Amino acid sequence: MELLRIATAGSVDDGKSTLIGRLLFDSKAIQDDVLSAAESVSRRQSNEYLNLALLTDGLRAEREQGITIDVAYRYFNTAKRKFILADTPGHVQYTRNMVTGASTADVALVIIDARNGVVEQSRRHAVIAALLGIRHIVVCINKMDLIGFDQQRFDAIKDELEGFFNRLDVECAHYVPISALHGDNVVELSDTMPWYTDGPLLQHLEDLEIMGTPLDDSFRLPVQYVIRPLTGEYHDYRGYAGSIRSGSVKVGQQVGILPAGKTSRVTAIESPDGEVDEAEWPAAVTIRIEDDFDISRGDLICAADGVPRVTQEFDATVCWMSERTELRQGAMLRIKHTTRTARAMITGLHSRIDVSTLSVDPGCQSLALNEIGRVTVKTSAPIVYDDYTVNRVTGSFILVDEGTNETVAAGMIGNPRFGDFE
Amino acid sequence: MSAEPASASSIGASHSAELRALESESIHIIREVTAEFDRPGLLFSGGKDSIVMLHLAVKAVKPAKLPFPVVHIDTGHNFPEAIEYRDRVVEELGIDLVVGSVQEALDSGRIPPSTDPGGSRNRLQTPVLLDVIREQKFGAVFGGARRDEERARAKERVYSFRDEFGQWDPKNQRPEVWNLYNGFINSGQHIRVFPLSNWTELDVWRYIATQKIEIPSIYLAHEREVFERDGLYMAVSPALQPEPHEKVEVMSVRFRTVGDMTSTAAVPSTADTVEAVMAEIESTRTSERGQSRADDRASEAAMEDRKREGYF
Repeated sequence: MELLRIATAGSVDDGKSTLIGRLLFDSKAIQDDVLSAAESVSRRQSNEYLNLALLTDGLRAEREQGITIDVAYRYFNTAKRKFILADTPGHVQYTRNMVTGASTADVALVIIDARNGVVEQSRRHAVIAALLGIRHIVVCINKMDLIGFDQQRFDAIKDELEGFFNRLDVECAHYVPISALHGDNVVELSDTMPWYTDGPLLQHLEDLEIMGTPLDDSFRLPVQYVIRPLTGEYHDYRGYAGSIRSGSVKVGQQVGILPAGKTSRVTAIESPDGEVDEAEWPAAVTIRIEDDFDISRGDLICAADGVPRVTQEFDATVCWMSERTELRQGAMLRIKHTTRTARAMITGLHSRIDVSTLSVDPGCQSLALNEIGRVTVKTSAPIVYDDYTVNRVTGSFILVDEGTNETVAAGMIGNPRFGDFE
Repeated sequence: MSAEPASASSIGASHSAELRALESESIHIIREVTAEFDRPGLLFSGGKDSIVMLHLAVKAVKPAKLPFPVVHIDTGHNFPEAIEYRDRVVEELGIDLVVGSVQEALDSGRIPPSTDPGGSRNRLQTPVLLDVIREQKFGAVFGGARRDEERARAKERVYSFRDEFGQWDPKNQRPEVWNLYNGFINSGQHIRVFPLSNWTELDVWRYIATQKIEIPSIYLAHEREVFERDGLYMAVSPALQPEPHEKVEVMSVRFRTVGDMTSTAAVPSTADTVEAVMAEIESTRTSERGQSRADDRASEAAMEDRKREGYF
């Protein structure tokens, strides 16, 4: 069975949690006892309908305030697919949690309130989805019941978004008019909107091509851990444990070892189920090589041809995530990139991207919470990388505050394609 | 062991790609922790989730020996079958076992007796667990919790930060992007790590079936003395006796989760193979915790409240 990872995005009160509750409910992923608990709370709150958001909003504060604060992960499946759904918050102040949910997604599900149309937060989420390299966007135009199932209104919102997505260079696969509350066009087509015939939301989620595999199929294995049992039986054993982040590897193959710039030959591959001749993305493996080189955590084993780049200074796009501090030129931080941890200095803060207009502000002095900008980063150790647009794993990093240990930024090496709208 | 039904291999085959992806993701997480922390510990109760987690940890470092201990918080009200299983596995693997005893903490006055009307020691595990983490100086503790279990757990990060008091602050979690985990902590703090975050209950069972992992006998149908309380079938045990009005009967049951005997309920069942258990779970309309955990029924936010205090 295939696994599709979905992240929801939308503004507050667009009805995200209700839609997810509806998907879970109609695909029978909600068990009876969980449903009856939600029903009794719904009655206590004197809701006219079963409040489907109660099925997903897991924290006390979320249920009290009726908003989603942090990502909740949901699991459901149909006969065709297994789905992991990251339900992300709509409030601007929780955008960083949306980034958390979206960073691993194959599909972004953008939800728009038909009454309000495209608002700044919808655009912000679409930009972040594009920036994070999510290649499929499905738009649900929700609350159609509250605008009399008006086709013209639906078409107007669709036209506006299409223009925006074109500028982002992302493809929106589908626009679906729905009522999450009543279930119209979610699992089955509804006769309330006979003018819409493109299939219900769930059908699209079942049929979308899965893009989880990396764009580049060159072999990449960041070394996590060196296994040296030091027992009689395995006296000379030296295995490099790590996950294959793209491509595949074979016994006998020539591999490069970076940043040292050496080459060797693979002598054995251990998969979770024992020795194999070949392994591919996304397997966690242990590989052994012919030569006795000094290789440790943070190094990268790769195909001998098509090697990644090695540098101690690079340009990147970052999303700032700290409430307490702002990012300024000269900032000293810690960087985590693949399995490498080093110190990092922000040697240049070049511009801030306005996510609602896609314009670039070159005169900015700092980045505040949820702001996105372009920086140059210098590191205390060599970084072995590919551009984020080519490889989401070897092209991504986080920055960590050395004092508070909080994760203050998510970064993507290289520049996003839409960055040239100035 | 009885012969496997014909459907077992096809179940394994149709799910193998997705199970292999989950397996590799979990091994990756376990290796990150093993590489970055001086002293992790792995919570192991003899329940199915911690059994799968230990199985994955052994794979993550093989052919080396597991370089960290397993930890059990013993309420004193455990199923004997689970304890027997725990001790046997620890001996077979030649690994260290650290036991935090709720009974000893009660006897020494370290913690006050349970105020739970049913005598459950569920909540008493938290202070004992936090004591063990402090004494052992664990920087990271692996737990077998899954996000599909319960809605507070659905909010949990893979690396979940705990402050000096062992507390979880769900409104202020570290962003966790891609698979770059932030394990930086100061002295006295720790990270709870959940390698099975993305597994569902059925994924765990399918993995047990395809990997032929041995599980404690109480997971399969067997005859047992039970009585009904609040709509749940509770096992008669030294820790839990029926009230005079509660009628004891012998039923064919299995356990869907394995926790404290005072709060884990039995499920009427005749499923005596792993495949039969999977078939029952696939067709049930009741959730794992709703069917078998009295402790989650206390309130709307029972799990969230316990987790904030430092529970598993």
